[in-house]
Amino acid sequence: METKTAVDSEPIIKTSNVCLFYGESQALFDVSVDFPGNMVTALIGPSGCGKSTFLRCMNRMNDLVDGVRITGSLQLDGHEINDPTLDVIDLRRKVGMVFQKPNPFPKSIYENVVYGLRIAGVNDRDTLDSAVENSLKRAALWDEVKDRLHVSALGLSGGQHQRLCIARAIAVQPEVILMDEPCSALDPRSTARIEDLIGELRGDYTIIIVTHNMQQAARVSDYTAFLYEGLLVEFGATKQLFTNPEKKETEDYITGRFG
Amino acid sequence: MNRDASKGFWRQGEPFVWATGTALSITLIIMAILLVVVMVNGLGVFWPKSVAEATFNDGAVALGEFQKDSKNNETGEEEFQFKTANRDLDPQMQDFHWYYRKNLKGEFRYPTDVIVMERMENGNFIGYIKEIKAVNVESIKGETDASRLRDAIAKTHARYESEVGTILDKTSGLADDLQNIRYAILKVKYDSEQIQLGKRSGVQAELDRLGAEMKKLVAEEERIKETSDELVKEQELYESALRKNSVIMADSAGRTKEIPLVDIVRIYQPNNMGYPAKVWHYISKVFELLTADPRESNTEGGLFPAIFGTIMLIFLMAFTSFPLGVMAGIYLREYAKDGVMVRLVRIAVNNLAGIPSIVYGIFGLGFFVYQVGGTLDSWIYPERVAAGVSTFGTGGIIWASMTLGLLTVPVVIVSVEEALGAIPMGVREGSLALGATKFQTLVRVLLPMASPGIMTGFILAMARAAGEVAPLMITGVVKLAPTLPIDWKFPFGFDRKFMHLGFHIYDIGFQSPNVEAAKPMVYITTLLLLLIVLAMTSVAIVLRNKMRKRYQIRSI
Ligand SMILES: Nc1ncnc2c1ncn2[C@@H]1O[C@H](COP(=O)(O)OP(=O)(O)O)[C@@H](O)[C@H]1O
Ligand SMILES: [Mg+2]
Repeated sequence: METKTAVDSEPIIKTSNVCLFYGESQALFDVSVDFPGNMVTALIGPSGCGKSTFLRCMNRMNDLVDGVRITGSLQLDGHEINDPTLDVIDLRRKVGMVFQKPNPFPKSIYENVVYGLRIAGVNDRDTLDSAVENSLKRAALWDEVKDRLHVSALGLSGGQHQRLCIARAIAVQPEVILMDEPCSALDPRSTARIEDLIGELRGDYTIIIVTHNMQQAARVSDYTAFLYEGLLVEFGATKQLFTNPEKKETEDYITGRFG
Repeated sequence: MNRDASKGFWRQGEPFVWATGTALSITLIIMAILLVVVMVNGLGVFWPKSVAEATFNDGAVALGEFQKDSKNNETGEEEFQFKTANRDLDPQMQDFHWYYRKNLKGEFRYPTDVIVMERMENGNFIGYIKEIKAVNVESIKGETDASRLRDAIAKTHARYESEVGTILDKTSGLADDLQNIRYAILKVKYDSEQIQLGKRSGVQAELDRLGAEMKKLVAEEERIKETSDELVKEQELYESALRKNSVIMADSAGRTKEIPLVDIVRIYQPNNMGYPAKVWHYISKVFELLTADPRESNTEGGLFPAIFGTIMLIFLMAFTSFPLGVMAGIYLREYAKDGVMVRLVRIAVNNLAGIPSIVYGIFGLGFFVYQVGGTLDSWIYPERVAAGVSTFGTGGIIWASMTLGLLTVPVVIVSVEEALGAIPMGVREGSLALGATKFQTLVRVLLPMASPGIMTGFILAMARAAGEVAPLMITGVVKLAPTLPIDWKFPFGFDRKFMHLGFHIYDIGFQSPNVEAAKPMVYITTLLLLLIVLAMTSVAIVLRNKMRKRYQIRSI
């Protein structure tokens, strides 16, 4: 399958011919996508088509699963992600992740945000303070929590949890933020806030977002990749893909004929 | 119609609800009965009982604390029991006596001047003061005989403390010194033997040095022995002088007994005490219970050494069981690859709890005491081993607590595993995705979150350990320990034998020569053991609830 390159932006993550096996069963088949830098790329496709699996290749979260085997190439800034000598911890700092289910730690809001920094050995009070303020502001959470930074994060609402998780990811200043259906556990209002937030982060971070929701993909993303049963069906500018898809399957999917 | 109704009754599962409810109530009732029996019998022991005087038709008089009414097994006639005390005046050496109701003439009387006297030996004395012979203390004050006797006892005890007490302190210090010197002599002897046998290199100079040291040590030993002999003589002198202070007591039959004041622990007049005085008596008895050493083969006095031993044992147990269990649980859940092996280990761990505790005791004796202790002895104190003296190679609190640690470690492992297993995968992923290592994730996120569950394991382990007696009996518990199992210098007293409330219950309840007199102590000891377990677990539960509040996982 030929690589579909985005035209107007330098790619930051390049993948080519990625095949992934969970033991004997193959979940990804020769997937090749170049993700343009500082843009929002959406991964869409029916449930079980391998979106999360593909996303998790990019920060090597699949390492946690026993018996996973990956072939093909994934590169971040020209460095092979699956290189066994690569420092995974460093990779994960560059490629942050926000999960489907908000997963704040049972610590204060402050400690949640600085978790990644503390892990990296940053303990300077001023650095941490300013990181907390900046990250929470970027995550559009600052005004709501600035008076209770040292209160347990568990008391926040679901939508606030997810924005806290985004702030937590931003705090370590990643290049890429992976989001795996970040709104699927949230109500419509919180979803709208997260979508606004993604719009604001666009331009400073490369965002790869998995979503189930076609409208969301159309609203927030610059580029869209459509995966189907482990295969990349189509990749292109979101407008193009949604208004004038090249492939029949894509059209069927986005018009809701299956999936 | 009727049949339908009964069918519906069965179908709705009503009987099952009843059955489960009944089962629960039966359990609760039995537990409540146990607690009430222990509380009623235990709490009442220290409350001063009135002393009744019973006059019989034949003119005999009995003085004692009324115990209970009953029917004679053989004759079926009504009888009642008195605790008459005065064991030493009784022909049968008994504290308790049964009398027929029919022989009773009139009602019980409660003479106000009756004295109950707690003594160091021979139990209580119940009777009247006849004469106070206080030759060795000046100016006894008091309006009544009883208050004068009380004053005389207090002054005599004060003198005993200042004269004999200081000597006793010195002699016990000397006994320690003597012990150390004897060990030092053993060591010098052993060293020179080793050199002579050619097992260790050494020159004549070394042997000479050891010989000279030996001479010094032997001289020192001699000196200490002489000093303590002198002290003992001095003590006897003081004591025999003090023992001249005495009181002559008369019992109900007019028999008299001279009792040295130093042998009297306290006196009281139960028939002449107001409510506050009784409360005060109660409090001082509880204080004695908690702080004093036992007397009279453990049936009187305090329980301090046993309380101390019990708590110390649980603490030392915690030091072995908790770290080991937490580590093992973490490994099983977080690091071990899930497979047949791990599953087998898990099953084995769960089943370890089913092994009878005496088996652990036997293992503890064979492994910890003989193997580990014996080996330690031969490394640290080869000279003592050569002389047939064991230090670690015999039962001691350290080995007993390790045995209990082994017994409770499965409980801890299981709860650690469950606590870690209950943490959602997402939290782990969240931490790892931020660049944390597995270890950082464990320490910073997982362990705090698992801490309430881990605490639950600790609580269960402590409760289990506090209730075990059987394994202790062969790994170091004794009915009377001369010293507490703690010390400032190595081996910190951990090698010592110790007393324990659980064993105490067994010992005084079933091994005591005077079971009737020991009964109150059995209840008190049981109550105390329950309270200690309750106190320790409550502290842990409060801690756990705090942690739970802090780290609870709110479902979203
Ligand atoms: N840990 C795993 N072990 C085995 N198979 C898995 C695992 N995770 C996902 N899969 C399989 O891989 C396929 C893709 O899953 P996933 O990437 O989660 O799909 P999506 O996120 O698009 O819904 C599915 O068929 C799923 O069953
Ligand atoms: Mg998914």
